[in-house]
Amino acid sequence: MKMVYKKPDVLKDVSFHFCPGCNHGNAHKLVAEAISQLGIQDNCIAVIGVGCGVFLYDYIDVDSLEAPHGRGLAVATGVKRARPERIVFTYQGDGDLAAIGMAETVHAANRGENLTVIFINNTIYGMTGGQMAPTTLLGQIATTAPYGREFQRDGYPIRMAEMLATLEGVAYSTRVAFTTPKQIIDAKKAIKKAFEMQINNMGFSFVEVLSACPTNWNMQPLEALKRVTDEMIPFFPLGTFKERSVSDVL
Amino acid sequence: MEKLFLRGSEALALGAIDAGLKFYAGYPITPQNDIPEFLSRELHKAGGKFIQAESEVAAINMLLGASACGLRVMTSSSSPGISLMQEGISYLAGSELPAVIVNVTRWGPGLGGIGASQGDYYQATKGGGHGDYYTPVFSPFSVQEMYDLIIKAFDVSDKYRMPVIFLSDVMVSLMKEPVVRKFSKGIKVPEKHWAFGEQKGEKQKIIKSLYLKGHDLEHHNWKLNKRFQEIKEKEVLVDKYQCDDAEIIIVAFGMVARIARTTVDIAREAGIKLGLFRPVTLVPYPEKELEQLAEKCSKYLVVEMNMGQMLYDVQRVLGKGVKIGFYGKPSSYAPTPEELLNKVKELYL
Repeated sequence: MKMVYKKPDVLKDVSFHFCPGCNHGNAHKLVAEAISQLGIQDNCIAVIGVGCGVFLYDYIDVDSLEAPHGRGLAVATGVKRARPERIVFTYQGDGDLAAIGMAETVHAANRGENLTVIFINNTIYGMTGGQMAPTTLLGQIATTAPYGREFQRDGYPIRMAEMLATLEGVAYSTRVAFTTPKQIIDAKKAIKKAFEMQINNMGFSFVEVLSACPTNWNMQPLEALKRVTDEMIPFFPLGTFKERSVSDVL
Repeated sequence: MEKLFLRGSEALALGAIDAGLKFYAGYPITPQNDIPEFLSRELHKAGGKFIQAESEVAAINMLLGASACGLRVMTSSSSPGISLMQEGISYLAGSELPAVIVNVTRWGPGLGGIGASQGDYYQATKGGGHGDYYTPVFSPFSVQEMYDLIIKAFDVSDKYRMPVIFLSDVMVSLMKEPVVRKFSKGIKVPEKHWAFGEQKGEKQKIIKSLYLKGHDLEHHNWKLNKRFQEIKEKEVLVDKYQCDDAEIIIVAFGMVARIARTTVDIAREAGIKLGLFRPVTLVPYPEKELEQLAEKCSKYLVVEMNMGQMLYDVQRVLGKGVKIGFYGKPSSYAPTPEELLNKVKELYL
């Protein structure tokens, strides 16, 4: 029998701890696939933010470093400058990257650090149990916004991919989702492209992944996917906001 | 070996380069700016990398990343900036990563002032960040020691895989003195097999401080503690000046110890048997050495530019069987040698 499809070798033979319907598993798999296809497993260093993704090293077989909450891109800056020949990526959630780590994120992007960022936006703090995130939508219920997010008290959700696209140092900024097979194929291309950007010394590459969190949204997995389509995508439109074809470095 | 005439901050930066510093990240703050200024000019010539971070928080985390790659890393700051770094220092400790953190202390609380201070003794010696850990602390009192001890700090940091605090002050950092540059050709830096190299090894390397399963955290913390107990045995540095026949001993560190040395000289000329006990490592504290003094001498004066922080370590070690006086100056006006002698006379003569 001919093998036509298998999991990427970079992914270890263990079960994910993620909740049913969570998209972290999809994101992990696509990252592993990109690493596998580009042949960069021995080169890769993962810098992992604090959140549900913190155990990435248990699933993806690459050298890994845990960053303090929010500091992923400062840590990754240190790693990449110390080992410029290696391919360095961060894997961070919305609380990590867009709240506590906003300064580190913006400055690493603005310096044009030659890094790849996988940013999981599920509009909630997942690991700590469903508190309001900087990306929580207006009206969305969270454990710390029990009556729904309200702009006069809580401000507006932040669109990171659009914001970072305005910075000179950013080579690639895009937003993807996992609600249809077509979207998954696009997401796969985007994640691979983000790594290629780094391999080609293009500068900062950023993939925002809209991700479902059924547990903390208090929904069934299918309902949660529908919410991504009906509520998240209208506010966080999919697409590429910046794509460089020429590097500053070269 | 060269003989140079340098500022303390320059001697420190040069010592760091000679020690094999390969990565520096920092953020501007008075009064330590001449360290990053010097390194931004010189470090690349020695094959190292300099980066001005967007904050002290980012700087310490850049160190974490570069240290995980096996490079010798350093940052410098002053008191409020060191407060911001405490989170990162705790993570460095938990992740078993070496790093040298230089504090050219200024005043607090809050924005305080930019003059000479020893107000950060507690922060440096009693933890600083969260968690059950210690960092070795070095306290220089001359420009030569800025050079010598920074090299020692890198060695200790690497050997025990933990962050080290280099507690300097404005006087030692900004004064100029002759320095012997002992290692102008550099020193041999040991290889770090645990760090991320140019390629992944056979086995995945994970550098982390999160331990959720079973008793993993307990084992981890015992491992760190065992290393610290070894440091207590092997890495104590102390400077005893005229202590052998002393009837009264001043205990001081850093710039105050430098002033107190002159006090001892003046006192000796006047026939007063005064000595100076100076801890060079504040962590580990020279406990045995101080205890030994108590066999012969029962009168002590602790002098600090704070309200009495190291005082408690001296009281802890010597107990209640001896007399311990204290003279503190919680401002930027350093005591004069005569002022200290008057205090000695007032207390004991």
